Parts: sequence; structure tokens; C-alpha cells
Amino acid sequence: MTEVSIQPEFFLLDAGDGRPALVGTYCRSCARRSFPPSSTCSWCGNEQTDTVHLSRTGTLWGWTAVTAAPPGYRGPVPFGFGVVELPADGIRVVTRVAVADPDQLHHGQPVELVVDVVHTDEESGARVVSWAFAPAGHQEAR
Amino acid sequence: MGEPVVEIAGVGLHPFGRFPDRSVTELGIHAVRAALNDAGITARPAFQAAFCGTAYAGVAAGHKVLAALALTGCPIVDVEAGCASGAAALMLADGAIRAGQYETVLVFGIEKMPKGIIRSTFFEPWREEVGLAATPAYFALRAQRLMRESALTKEDLAAVVVKNRANGAANPDAMFRTPVTAREVLGSRVVCEPLHLWMLCSPNEGAAAVVLRRAEGVSAHRSRVVVRAATLRSHLPGNVLGEATPLAGLIDDRDIPSPTTLAADAAHEESGVGPDEIDVVECQDTDAARELLAYEELRLCAPGEAGSLLASGEVHLGGRRPVNPSGGLLSKGEPLGASALGQVVELTLQLRGRAANQVDGARVALAHTVGRGANASVVILSR
Ligand SMILES: [Zn+2]
Repeated sequence: MTEVSIQPEFFLLDAGDGRPALVGTYCRSCARRSFPPSSTCSWCGNEQTDTVHLSRTGTLWGWTAVTAAPPGYRGPVPFGFGVVELPADGIRVVTRVAVADPDQLHHGQPVELVVDVVHTDEESGARVVSWAFAPAGHQEAR
Repeated sequence: MGEPVVEIAGVGLHPFGRFPDRSVTELGIHAVRAALNDAGITARPAFQAAFCGTAYAGVAAGHKVLAALALTGCPIVDVEAGCASGAAALMLADGAIRAGQYETVLVFGIEKMPKGIIRSTFFEPWREEVGLAATPAYFALRAQRLMRESALTKEDLAAVVVKNRANGAANPDAMFRTPVTAREVLGSRVVCEPLHLWMLCSPNEGAAAVVLRRAEGVSAHRSRVVVRAATLRSHLPGNVLGEATPLAGLIDDRDIPSPTTLAADAAHEESGVGPDEIDVVECQDTDAARELLAYEELRLCAPGEAGSLLASGEVHLGGRRPVNPSGGLLSKGEPLGASALGQVVELTLQLRGRAANQVDGARVALAHTVGRGANASVVILSR
């Protein structure tokens, strides 16, 4: 079945090695990374930036479960939601979390990037997929 | 002739709640008429300019209110700054009077919020589609961080709700007027762990209005309430859980001041009034943890001390510096464009000595809102 990235510009289903990746920006002025990618650095406003792939592993920094569908959302509930820290990139990223039970998660838990099915588009039949982070070794979300 | 003094000549409020048979314009008319009456204004022109705070009322919403009252002709500007819209309108009016542009300005806020989780054009459609626009989830993550870093528990969050709902029970203009117990709060369903339903404020409907007037020097009015500072600030980049709700933040965000702290510091500098001199506070309690975070961000306590401040009783009625004696948004509900001015109405009554939950001898008051944008406002009033 066809899979469509929710944001093909910065969530790649295949980064060239058959694995997914998030795309960010490296700033040549402040040497920080930002996400999503932008021609202007989010932190210092400099326009000399390069596109980079963010690390696929990090640690869980914040997590919860969304128990009622927010406006515009067509996927299942509950779903995991949180923030992952990517120490190699110096940033924290907002993400879906592959585990929707907060009790099974803890601060600092190692996590890895996975492909997460949000919903199936009724017209095209394509599966709309997002990035998510799952506890390392957890069965892949798809 | 000294520095111009801006006084609050009149205040008016339409209660906050749900009013299916009343339009947002009617809510505004009610509040504006009450404020003009309170100011004793009968002669025309009543004011030289009007600023209206609203986020959801649509095009020229303030004009519709004043058209219904035959009060048009002057400049009318509708102001949107998320939850701080009403305070942004107040800041513009205050600045214009201080600059000598106008003598009397009407400031009002109106709102009729849709039920349920607030939908905002702030979020791109793809972000809604993927579930990354879930506002209560961001509140929950912020609450979780505060609990971790300030050693708070869910019981502390429940204690905020118990305090504010007890205060709200005496406020005739609040939506929820029954006290609750911690057990009931913790027994309500989990919306987003760690936040339970009763720890979140309800978006609703209402209106508030304030008449500002220039007064030179010292007034004969003993009960005159003056605006000492009205500040609005936005966010600095870096905090992943800030009200700007970015998709990423910096790991080293420790030293980045929040918009609330930026606004508070500016207000303290502008007014010459320090945090210790404040007698009563109305702050943004969109969720229970947001109030605790405000204690730290407003410098009512040191970082990490929000739980101790709450437990000390200082912020309760009868304490040294009550916070949200009106019941806060947890009791009143939150009509975005009106909520910040609702605080100013409450605090004006406090300083006049006529509030429902009167803080004895209150002389200096602080109002705080923070929300989407990010926008944060701090208003300091005194008598
Ligand atoms: Zn930069």
C-alpha cells in the first residue's frame, strides 16, 4: 500500500539507506541545528544554513497520551505525544510517541525514529504516515 | 504639570459562561454600557478612541458593538494577541494617553469560543492532521516538566484547582460556582496525563470593558485606581514547551526568559513596584500547572519554590498575597479576547475595596495573561 509522508520536505521515508529521517537545518553562524528546516536559522536569524539529517536516536524528555481527538485529527486515540531530546543535535523535537500508555515510559528512556501510520486517506487509499519515536527495541509502529 | 497619570475611570463586565441566545456583539454592548455608566460618562463624545481585544469574533467586531451604541466616529482598532488580546488593547490605550494623543479611551474585550479543544488557525492543517496541534497535550508536557523540575505532585495541581474553585464560588460572574475537593479533581478523567479534566479551564463566552482617562498629578479621589504599567511581550526562541508551540527547542534553554518573565520585569521597571509590593494577583491558570509556573515566572517565588508557596497559604484568601481571588480561569472559564480585561475589572474592584472576595487593604495589584503567539501581558494597578 502506498505511504505518503505527512511532510515530505522534512520527514523522509527513505533517506537513501532505506530508513526514515528527519531533516533539519545547520546554521553556519551559531552552529546550532533547528527543526523543521528553514532558509533562516530559528535561533539567530542567519541565512547561511545547510540542510542536515537529524539523529535517529535520542532520549525521551516529555510524554503524554492524547485521549480525545483534537480538531482536524483523523487518526486513532489514544495516541502518544511527547518531546524527544537529540543530544547530538542539541535540540528537543516535538513528536508522536509510539507508546500511548504514559505508565510504560520514563524520562531519559532511549528512543529511536520510526514510521507511524496516522490514518488512511479515503480518496486515494494511501496511508498517511508521520514520524514518531519508539522505545529502543520496541516493535516498529507500522 | 507632571507625568500624565492614567486612571481607570470605569469598569464593566458581562459574566463569563455559555449564552447560546446572545451574540458576541450583545455581550460587548452589555460590558461597554456598564463601564461607561461606572465612569459616569453621559456627554458625547464619550471617548476619543476605542481598542477591542478579540481572537474569534471576526472582522470589525469592535465596530459592531460601538455601532449598536451609536458611539462610532472615533478610531476603533480591533486587537488580536491570543489570550492576551484584551491586555494588548489596554497597553495601546495606556500608551496613547501617556503620549498625549487622547484623554479618554475605551478598552473592551469580547469573545464567544467554540466548545471543546480550541481550534486555532495558528496551526497549519498538516499539524492538525497528524495530532501535533493538541493544545492540552502541550499543557500536559509543560506540567510534567514543572513537576519534575520543581518537585511537584498531582496533589499540588489539585490543590490549585481546589483553591480557585473555592474562590470562584463567591464570584457571581464565574461559570463554575461550586467548590470541589482534591479527591474529586483527581477523580475526573485524564485528558492528557498528568492533567485531569478539572485541572483545565473551559473556553467560553464573555466580555469586559475598561474606560481609561488621563489625570494630571494627585487626585482628590481616595479610591482612584491608576495604571502603573501595562506591558506585553512575545517569546524568545528556544523553549520547546513555550506558548509559541514550536516543533523544536534548544536543550540549553535554562537561561532563556519566558515571555511572562519579560513582561513582568518590564512592568516592574516601568512602575517602580517590585514583586514583593504586590498585594493581590490574577494570573493565567489555563491549567493548574500554568498557575504554579506563573508564581515562578512572575518572581512571586524563587525557581523551584512554587509548591512551597502554594503550601504556605500565602496565595490563598486571607494569605499575604492571594492569587486569583476571582476564582481564576478555572472558575470563570476563558473567553480569549475578554479574559485579560476580566482580570483588570476584578483587580479594580479589589483596589476600590468592593470585590466579592475582598483582599483587605489591597493597594497594589498585578494581572497576568499568557497565550498563543506567544504573547504575555502584565498589568500593574494601584490606588
Ligand atoms: Zn543560527
